[in-house]
Amino acid sequence: MTAVAGRPAPGLRRRAAALLHRRPLLRLSLLLSAPLAWLVVAYLGALGAIFLTAFWTTDTFTGEIVREFTAVNFQTLWDEPVYRTIALRSLGVAVAVTAIDMAIGLPMAFYMAKVARPRHRPMLVSAILAPLWAAYLVKAYAWRVMLAEGGPVDQALEPFGLSGPGYGLTATVLVLSYLWLPYMILPVYAGLERLPGALLDASGDLGARPLRTFRTVVLPLVYPSLVAGSIFTFSLSLGDYITVKIVGGRSQLIGNVVYDNVGAANNLPFAAAVATVPVVVMLGYLAAARRTGALREL
Amino acid sequence: MFSVMPDSAVRIRDLRKTFGSVEAVAGVDLDIGDGEFFSMLGPSGSGKTTVLRMIAGFERPTSGTIELGGRDVTSLAPFDRDVNTVFQDYALFPHLDVLRNVEYGLKVRGVPRAERRERARAALRSVRLDGLDGRRPAELSGGQRQRVALARALVNEPKVLLLDEPLGALDLKLREEMQVELKSIQRRAGITFVFVTHDQEEALTLSDRVAVLDRGRIEQVGTPAEVYERPATAFVAGFVGTSNRIGAVRVRPEKIHVGIEPDAGSGGESGGPAEDGPGRDGRAEGGAGTGDRHAFGTVAEVVYAGPATRFVIDLESGDRVVALQQNLRTSSMDVTRHRGARVRIGWHAEHEFSVPETGAGTAPAS
Ligand SMILES: Nc1ncnc2c1ncn2[C@@H]1O[C@H](COP(=O)(O)OP(=O)(O)OP(=O)(O)O)[C@@H](O)[C@H]1O
Ligand SMILES: [Mg+2]
Repeated sequence: MTAVAGRPAPGLRRRAAALLHRRPLLRLSLLLSAPLAWLVVAYLGALGAIFLTAFWTTDTFTGEIVREFTAVNFQTLWDEPVYRTIALRSLGVAVAVTAIDMAIGLPMAFYMAKVARPRHRPMLVSAILAPLWAAYLVKAYAWRVMLAEGGPVDQALEPFGLSGPGYGLTATVLVLSYLWLPYMILPVYAGLERLPGALLDASGDLGARPLRTFRTVVLPLVYPSLVAGSIFTFSLSLGDYITVKIVGGRSQLIGNVVYDNVGAANNLPFAAAVATVPVVVMLGYLAAARRTGALREL
Repeated sequence: MFSVMPDSAVRIRDLRKTFGSVEAVAGVDLDIGDGEFFSMLGPSGSGKTTVLRMIAGFERPTSGTIELGGRDVTSLAPFDRDVNTVFQDYALFPHLDVLRNVEYGLKVRGVPRAERRERARAALRSVRLDGLDGRRPAELSGGQRQRVALARALVNEPKVLLLDEPLGALDLKLREEMQVELKSIQRRAGITFVFVTHDQEEALTLSDRVAVLDRGRIEQVGTPAEVYERPATAFVAGFVGTSNRIGAVRVRPEKIHVGIEPDAGSGGESGGPAEDGPGRDGRAEGGAGTGDRHAFGTVAEVVYAGPATRFVIDLESGDRVVALQQNLRTSSMDVTRHRGARVRIGWHAEHEFSVPETGAGTAPAS
């Protein structure tokens, strides 16, 4: 079929292909070398550099970084009650945001995946994704306007004799929940879509009422997706420092401490030490998730 | 049209279901007796699953009523109906092991742990599935999953068990085994089975009665013999088995005797044809096609198929018929040399039937 002149090149390519076919390991390493290099050098490298920096200090007079190994930054973190308070507050915010997003996201995802008509689903997914197209800052400032004293939220609540939360931690939790909701809904939606509808029928057929079916069939099967979503909402909340600046009033979170130390205080090593806190918390969270077997499904 | 049985387990009246513009079920009436093995047979898309899902309560009828044991359940949710379903793809809970799958219904109904263990194990034994209690569904073979699904439904001792092509995913051998078992389980438990299949042989072998569905309507309800021997409509005649049109009447393939004409083949004594039964009035007709009706034709095709031989014969009248002859003699093996041979076929007038084009009643000819 092929022209004789065209033979040599395909022959070489064929031999290469055959070699790759015989050596699956070689094939795999060729395929993964570029992304692996990126992961090791750029991603883990940066993380390692931060961790290393955390053990250095800054000369208070010159502002120069002193490259001597010492744990004094971590000592300060541990000893100063204000940092412990901020760390716990950040953790609380992350937990609250995750809980709220689960409580709102699960029913929404369930509706999208199992109740709405199949041909409406792409539209609903787009609707969930739509807020992600708007810039983060715009959304945060929009909430600042809404939550302002006498703003739309206050006005809406006024007939009920209530008023909005104003700027503060509550507003921060509210806005972060809004910002990260799609990151909870999408994995849960994907998980629910994989869940065969026949299982819900079967549960009802065997006498289970809807709530029972939800608890004994839907929840266990969608659990890995919930964990996946919560990893997003949890880590995004832990790392945030902008929303809290915009709607948080005077509240401070870990992110602000990092930001202030990098900028105003010009103490990069201390900022690095503070930044390891959410990393450690996340590692603990992932380890806990792993123990429940949820990560196998990711 | 139907005799109203006082003890019908399932009674359906003028049941309809439309999906958008599709009329999936277009007016179905059914009375299914207590302890009956009742099959719904029909081609793909004829509405079998939809009827079943409405009986189970997964689907709301557009109109019509469903009664279970004399109680109108039309508007009840599935969990309030005394029926259980065996799903086509089993729908076992993937996160629960075999025992917990089978226990599920009992647990939901608050049966104490010890009793439900006991009953679940008994149900698993009744479907011959011991010692796999701790396995997850993913670790079972198709046949084993099928048994778990059956046990999970049976353990609740429902009045009516609905089965949607439960054997569809099994290979032929396993399928035949499970058919025998299903039948014996049904007899032992005395449960009403409503069994959906598109396999006519399965429906005929298993059922006490069969309903044949086409395009959302019931074409005929009857015992397997009635449906097969006296089809009410052209559709039933064609869907349940093969029917040959000979002139104005129809005859089933196995009712036609084939006799090879001596001058064409190499002697009438050989070849799958005609066990030499006596004719209607004791007349033996040699190797020629027996019966009181005759026709002549040529063999267009002969296929040896193990227990029987299939002849496709072009009659002089222009009709093409299929005849099935049991292979009673070893010489049946070389039947294929009869291709092109001139044959005389015979059948008995009592085996003729005719179907009206507008499917009203059954009218066996003669
Ligand atoms: N949920 C649904 N939405 C829209 N149309 C449906 C739905 N369920 C069934 N139908 C339509 O109703 C008709 C009957 O479907 P049904 O599943 O009852 O057929 P069936 O006899 O069980 O076929 P099969 O042997 O292929 O399972 C089909 O035309 C099908 O496309
Ligand atoms: Mg079906």
